[in-house]
Amino acid sequence: MEFLSRLFRGKHYASKTIARERLRLVLAHDRSGVPPGLLNLMKKDMIEAISKHVHVDRNEAEVSLSHSKGHTRLVADIPIRSTRPGEAPNLDEQGEP
Amino acid sequence: MPGRVITVTSGKGGVGKTTLTANLAVALALLGRRITAIDTDIGLRNLDLVMGMENRIIYDIVDVAEGRCHLMQALIRDRHLSGLQLLPASQTHDKSSIGPEEVAAICEELRGENDFVLVDSPAGIEVGFYNAVAGADEVIIVTTPELSAVRSADRVIGLAESMGKGPGRLIINRIKPGMVRRGDMLDTFDVIESLAIELLGVVPDDEAVIVAANRGVPLANEQSTQASRAFHNIARRLTGEEVPFMPIFEARGSLLTRLRRAIAG
Repeated sequence: MEFLSRLFRGKHYASKTIARERLRLVLAHDRSGVPPGLLNLMKKDMIEAISKHVHVDRNEAEVSLSHSKGHTRLVADIPIRSTRPGEAPNLDEQGEP
Repeated sequence: MPGRVITVTSGKGGVGKTTLTANLAVALALLGRRITAIDTDIGLRNLDLVMGMENRIIYDIVDVAEGRCHLMQALIRDRHLSGLQLLPASQTHDKSSIGPEEVAAICEELRGENDFVLVDSPAGIEVGFYNAVAGADEVIIVTTPELSAVRSADRVIGLAESMGKGPGRLIINRIKPGMVRRGDMLDTFDVIESLAIELLGVVPDDEAVIVAANRGVPLANEQSTQASRAFHNIARRLTGEEVPFMPIFEARGSLLTRLRRAIAG
């Protein structure tokens, strides 16, 4: 059975998979020049802004940097619990959809 | 035609810059090219030891820069390879005793008499790095397949680009094929994908490199081991020849080869 587990272990449980993922993250941060404190501040500001319109799950919110094809992008994953009770999703005052 | 000035650098120390410089110099000389290797690791000179020339140093690069001797007086010729010579670093001064303009001027003068000028850079991204890269037409970045080395390489690639020295080409040193096969070491594909840079060569980890360094005769003098063949392949690529990469470094095996390995253990 051991040879079967070795055969199907594939790349997913090998340490190099962990290394590759850690490398991807650290390079994205290094290349962006964005210090960790600034990333945290942006996360807080984004949550503030979005909270005006919908309920968000602050504890589950994640903001990170990713780097691919020569571009760094900010990736925000902010779970929405529900729109505020009794309110339709907001259109802004100027009436723009 | 004037020669090319190529700087070998890495960011992180201990990845094998000096050993690679010595071996590429020997391999290029064996291909009939005229080559001067320059050690710019002032205060920590070692290229002379790896090349077995440590007892023949009279003048060094700082003596040349400060006008105590002519450049030609400081060059040490290899005993066996007629086209190969070394400009040693100073062991007593520090990195600030020479500047980028002086190193660039020395490279420029050597370019006329050589097909290649190989500059061995110190570790780090301080003044010594800028000295080493100042006169370069091209930069070779050396890394091992480890996180810390790859991260440092990424930083140096960015710095070289910002200095107008192009993206450079990469050598992955000391790869262990067994660990790659087990999935416990980043492979060529992983490193190239992360750094987005052209691959110049892959050198397997080889105890013979240390034995050769003990003797002061770079391994590239003979072609009997895998690492030595890798040095020669890189040297040929530097001369513009298309040389395929050695098959043991293919990214990952097919299901069949994995099955075979799993049964064989």
